[in-house]
Amino acid sequence: MHRHTFSRKYLGIPYAVFLLLFVVAPLVVLIYYAFTNGQGEFTAQNLTGFFSDPNTLGTLCYSFGIAMVTTAVCLLLAYPLAFILATSKLKGKSVIVLIFIMPMWINFSLRITALKEILTWLEGNLAYHPFLNTVLGMSYDFLPFMILPIYTTISKLDGALLEAARDLGAGELQAFLRVTLPLSLPGIMSGVSMVFLPAMTNYVVLDMLYNSTYIMGSLIGSYFAAYNWNGGSMIALILLGIICLFTLLTGGAEEENTRGGALL
Amino acid sequence: MEQTTNIIELKHITKTYEDGYSAVSDFNLEVKQGEFITFLGPSGCGKTTTLRMIAGFDLPTEGEILLNGRPITSLPPNKRPINTVFQRYALFPHMNIYENIAFGLRQKKTPEKVIAKKVKKVLELVDLEGFENRSIDTLSGGQQQRVAIARAVVNEPQILLLDEPLGALDLKMRKEMQLELKEMHRELGITFIYVTHDQEEALTMSDKIVVMSEGKMQQIGTPEDIYNEPINAFVADFIGDSNIFNGIMTGKLKARFCGGEFACVDDVEEGTHITAVVRPEDVTLTSPERGNIRGIVTSVIFKGIHYEITVESGKNEIVAQSVHSARVGDRVGVEVEPDNIHIMIAEDHTNIFAAEINKNYELEYNGTVLPVALTDVIKGSSMLEDGTLVDSRGLEIDPKKIRVKISIKPQDIELTDDQEEGLVQGSISNMIYKGDHYSYVIHTDLEQDFVVNDEYLWNMEDQVGLVMPVEKMIFTVKK
Repeated sequence: MHRHTFSRKYLGIPYAVFLLLFVVAPLVVLIYYAFTNGQGEFTAQNLTGFFSDPNTLGTLCYSFGIAMVTTAVCLLLAYPLAFILATSKLKGKSVIVLIFIMPMWINFSLRITALKEILTWLEGNLAYHPFLNTVLGMSYDFLPFMILPIYTTISKLDGALLEAARDLGAGELQAFLRVTLPLSLPGIMSGVSMVFLPAMTNYVVLDMLYNSTYIMGSLIGSYFAAYNWNGGSMIALILLGIICLFTLLTGGAEEENTRGGALL
Repeated sequence: MEQTTNIIELKHITKTYEDGYSAVSDFNLEVKQGEFITFLGPSGCGKTTTLRMIAGFDLPTEGEILLNGRPITSLPPNKRPINTVFQRYALFPHMNIYENIAFGLRQKKTPEKVIAKKVKKVLELVDLEGFENRSIDTLSGGQQQRVAIARAVVNEPQILLLDEPLGALDLKMRKEMQLELKEMHRELGITFIYVTHDQEEALTMSDKIVVMSEGKMQQIGTPEDIYNEPINAFVADFIGDSNIFNGIMTGKLKARFCGGEFACVDDVEEGTHITAVVRPEDVTLTSPERGNIRGIVTSVIFKGIHYEITVESGKNEIVAQSVHSARVGDRVGVEVEPDNIHIMIAEDHTNIFAAEINKNYELEYNGTVLPVALTDVIKGSSMLEDGTLVDSRGLEIDPKKIRVKISIKPQDIELTDDQEEGLVQGSISNMIYKGDHYSYVIHTDLEQDFVVNDEYLWNMEDQVGLVMPVEKMIFTVKK
């Protein structure tokens, strides 16, 4: 007697195919290009070239700087806002949250164009303040990604914990520093990783703000534009490594705060 | 110089919310140093709100709270020498046990050496030696509870507040913790204010019980007082199992209720409407000839050390506890010793009687179906398409397992000549003129006494029907 059974594992096939085609294969191709030269010979020259070229290293540092400042600005703006919203007893607070999130739904090139017009009006020539403009543009673009996870984490905090802290002698500030802040760390972490990583690579914002500065994303773009696929791939691979390292670091921090962690 | 041993006093405490809902009204309490006092009442009675006002989480809208004679009404919680054990423990998940317990001490800038010593000592007290570095989520519910207690008592508060601390534990664990808490109270000598809805817990642990209902204190007293001398029908009903009847004093030390005449020890004036409370363990079943009333056994449930026997006499039900079993259908007599009958003067003479649920899930009384849907009577219940009744969680309700009691005020019942028109029929057995109306006691054919206010004059022994509009009835459901 043979019974035809439909095993659940068959359901996984489409996903396996997807993963192979769109994740594993491109990665293999990327690694292949990164470690070959134009003639298809294996070489580590792209790697050594990256780290010996002051221009590429400079771009890396500059991107890092921009991403750090953007993340810091977003965090400084988002945390108080998320905290106030999450802890207020306002009836329509979900609407207010929505208003802050809504820019995400508007095409970002439209928003950046609008920002550009405003900045041009304010500064005269955008070329005078490339760093400031970049940080402004990126913070504007990525702010909702910082607000949302922090807001969710703080809203989910058990109010009894704060009461317990107050009960044990902590004033409002102490209760915040010793309970609310550490417990909202998972939200901060996911917010940071959602802002920091795009800020390293998203060069469209810069381009649209007529910015002459280079970040990692623009660097890769320029390599590919010049048909130097091998060099471009290596930079992409290095960036991937940095991102992996970063995720590992923040992921480790999140594990210590498994409770109340709201990853978006 | 005013000498006071009251550690905390609540004076005319009222808490009204913005929407006008009054959680606590005119609450007065004095607690002596070292007492174990329990706030007992059903959910929503205001006991937790009162506790939160003592802790400082809520501010009373009116009234004053005094600690050692000094007002602390609007002092924030961190400034009060009071600590709380929370209902769901509220342990800090980002700290290990040591840090959780040390939280309050660190706040007071205690030197690290002293903290280490105190934490060690308090962990011994709660039987968790060596647990310092464990994280919170590796602990069982009972252990978390102990940490929560340790975290509060390590600060050596003057008062320890406990908000249903054992509610989340299973029965066995709860019993153990009850004894341990009591032991801890003895050891530490600090004042405990305990909140629970579990009457047994309150009776076992407390020096003094405050029974609360609808934001008001109903009675305060020792467990023995509350159990033996409940001040009103609510307390009697809430504390322990009780048989509660409406009745009337028929002579000196004589009361009639439950369709029979009983000798009692409370000297209440003849003709007074009363509420009589008889504890099931005080009901003696005898032969039909000997009892004050006669009835038929309708159910016998084995409860381990005794049988719970329900006897139906007329329409009255009386529950007895006995070490001897009985058979369903047995004809028995019911006897109660005079000093086991607790007589209370009925304040508002509200008539309370039981309704039945028939096969079609309708409420029935005296063979008449009441025009009210059972789903309206049982909060949150609904009727499924196949005709089963389910509660708010979707579990089926067994109509045999619930009892519905109907309360109706004397002025809401109308007397009529046309006996068929009434929900129940009876004869007038007592009447008092009250200035603008007469207060009648009607002894019904179902052997119950109803108090009815009517402006018209009737005569003694008149046969009347009692008309009771459904919209004036208040239904209470007991499981």
